[in-house]
Amino acid sequence: MTSDWWGRLHDSGPASTAEVAEFAAEIRRTTLVTINRAGLGHIGGDFSVTDILATLYGRVLRVDPGNPAWPDRDRFILSKGHAAVSLYSTLALSGFFPREWLDTFTGPLSALNGHPNRTKVPGVETNTGPLGHGFPVALGCALAAQLQGSERRAYVVLGDGELQEGSNWEAFMYGGHRRLTNLTAIVDRNRLQQGDRTENTNSLDPLDAKVEAFGWEARVIDGHDLDALQHALTSPSTRPVAVIAETTKGKGVSFIEDRAEWHHKVPSADQVALALVELGR
Amino acid sequence: MSAVLTDCRVPFAEELIALAHADERIVAVCNDSVSSSNLGEFRSLFPDRMFNVGIAEQNMVGVAAGLANAGFIPFVCAASPFLTGRATEQIKADVAYSRANVKLVGMSPGVSYGELGPTHHSIEDIAWMRALDGLPIVTPADEQQTREAVKWAAAYEGGAFLRIGRFKVPSVSDGQSRAFAFGASNLVRDGSDVTIIASGVTVSRALAAAELLADQSISARVLNISSIVPLDRDAILRAAQETGAIVVAEESVSRGGLGGAVAELLAESIPVPMRLLGVNSFAPTGSVEFLLDHFGLSAEGIAAASGDLVGRA
Repeated sequence: MTSDWWGRLHDSGPASTAEVAEFAAEIRRTTLVTINRAGLGHIGGDFSVTDILATLYGRVLRVDPGNPAWPDRDRFILSKGHAAVSLYSTLALSGFFPREWLDTFTGPLSALNGHPNRTKVPGVETNTGPLGHGFPVALGCALAAQLQGSERRAYVVLGDGELQEGSNWEAFMYGGHRRLTNLTAIVDRNRLQQGDRTENTNSLDPLDAKVEAFGWEARVIDGHDLDALQHALTSPSTRPVAVIAETTKGKGVSFIEDRAEWHHKVPSADQVALALVELGR
Repeated sequence: MSAVLTDCRVPFAEELIALAHADERIVAVCNDSVSSSNLGEFRSLFPDRMFNVGIAEQNMVGVAAGLANAGFIPFVCAASPFLTGRATEQIKADVAYSRANVKLVGMSPGVSYGELGPTHHSIEDIAWMRALDGLPIVTPADEQQTREAVKWAAAYEGGAFLRIGRFKVPSVSDGQSRAFAFGASNLVRDGSDVTIIASGVTVSRALAAAELLADQSISARVLNISSIVPLDRDAILRAAQETGAIVVAEESVSRGGLGGAVAELLAESIPVPMRLLGVNSFAPTGSVEFLLDHFGLSAEGIAAASGDLVGRA
């Protein structure tokens, strides 16, 4: 199964910036409609991570939607599993599973739970949802690739609030110690967590200095600049790379952007119509 | 019972090394516990296949799940209290719920750290792990069971929790047709008045208790349950039916532990008088021997509870 989107992005050479931008807009529109239909979802974090996902699946990851279990695929883990709908939308548009599955999101016995499940959703590597889990698993994926002599890479997306979980720092410490250059951690630095701003809650700054102190190369970029994302995610390093993607929670829809209350608020039908206009349809 | 006593970490490591020679998918992950998990030789033989993440149990279990994602068969080796306590949510989400092929080896469980006290005792591990869906729990009672259980774990497709003791135990597998079979119990002594269900270090003590009971003309059956999940339901139901009284003796808390498991089964089918012996409170200071005796897990303690239960104390 290959989808139209996958073909557009991959069939005629590397995807252009405009094509990835269109892909990202379609992911946002799909996410919006899916959350509205289900009456559930974490739209703020879905939209802050969308350009990261569009870049990964459009330009970076070596994966095959027609063969999700390809042993030598790159491993991608969305540790901030509450942004499941943006991942599901990305995977469905890429052809990992039929788009119709999105209509079942959170419905009885749907494969698409509120948080991703690897045994039910093609393209999901490990079950996430509780924070602080994806990074250690990605680290294991990177160690496995190294042990097998494979060039494949591991990528993990972390929420910034998620970094308050200590297990991430266990992973930063060991990844730095092992100098895992085949591992990239991407922090969706939208500066908001469920209850408040990260810096009002348990501050993370200076995040770049912190990860550098753990032996990582910090790359602080605009997390909505598609070319900057591609560059940060593909340029080699002699150290494991942490891409600190400065993002806006709810990016793309003016009345959702950078507001704590939109962590998991569900848009009304009128708001969906307004948002779709802003998202280019 | 043989007179030779075994620290089961030794046969565990020998079998793991033998498996690793034959199968390059076998890897070890530990939390600085190279010596306490007896992994020194494994590290010498397979330095690239040994991942010591340092004193970081959450990362340890997550890393193992990542290794399993690539087809490796990780054996996560750590003192049981820290493995099962510190990394409970990783075991739940990354291993059990994700159906990752990770073998969790809880070393030195129960009160085997003796004088180090309740922080280092692992009396809750079985209850915690038993609450998780789809996670087999295996508790070998002696050297031969340990060897068989390690081979079983490597071959089994899916996560599993093994409890490997440091407290030296005699063989309880002599004369058995097979030392260990997943989901099966071992009838180590037949009897008709009461059944003592034991596991791990308590099996040899239950056998000694049965000897003491025989002197009082009480015929005690002894079942060695080395597969706590899944439980050998048939053997336990038969024991309840045929002996009419059940004593459970385990080196862990009864609530949620083996005692809880047996009670749940019998309450729904064949309720019989029961006595649940276990380490049911934080232990006072003392050696392993002292503590096992203190909690009624000596031959005398188990015999007294059994005699009391059948009304012939």
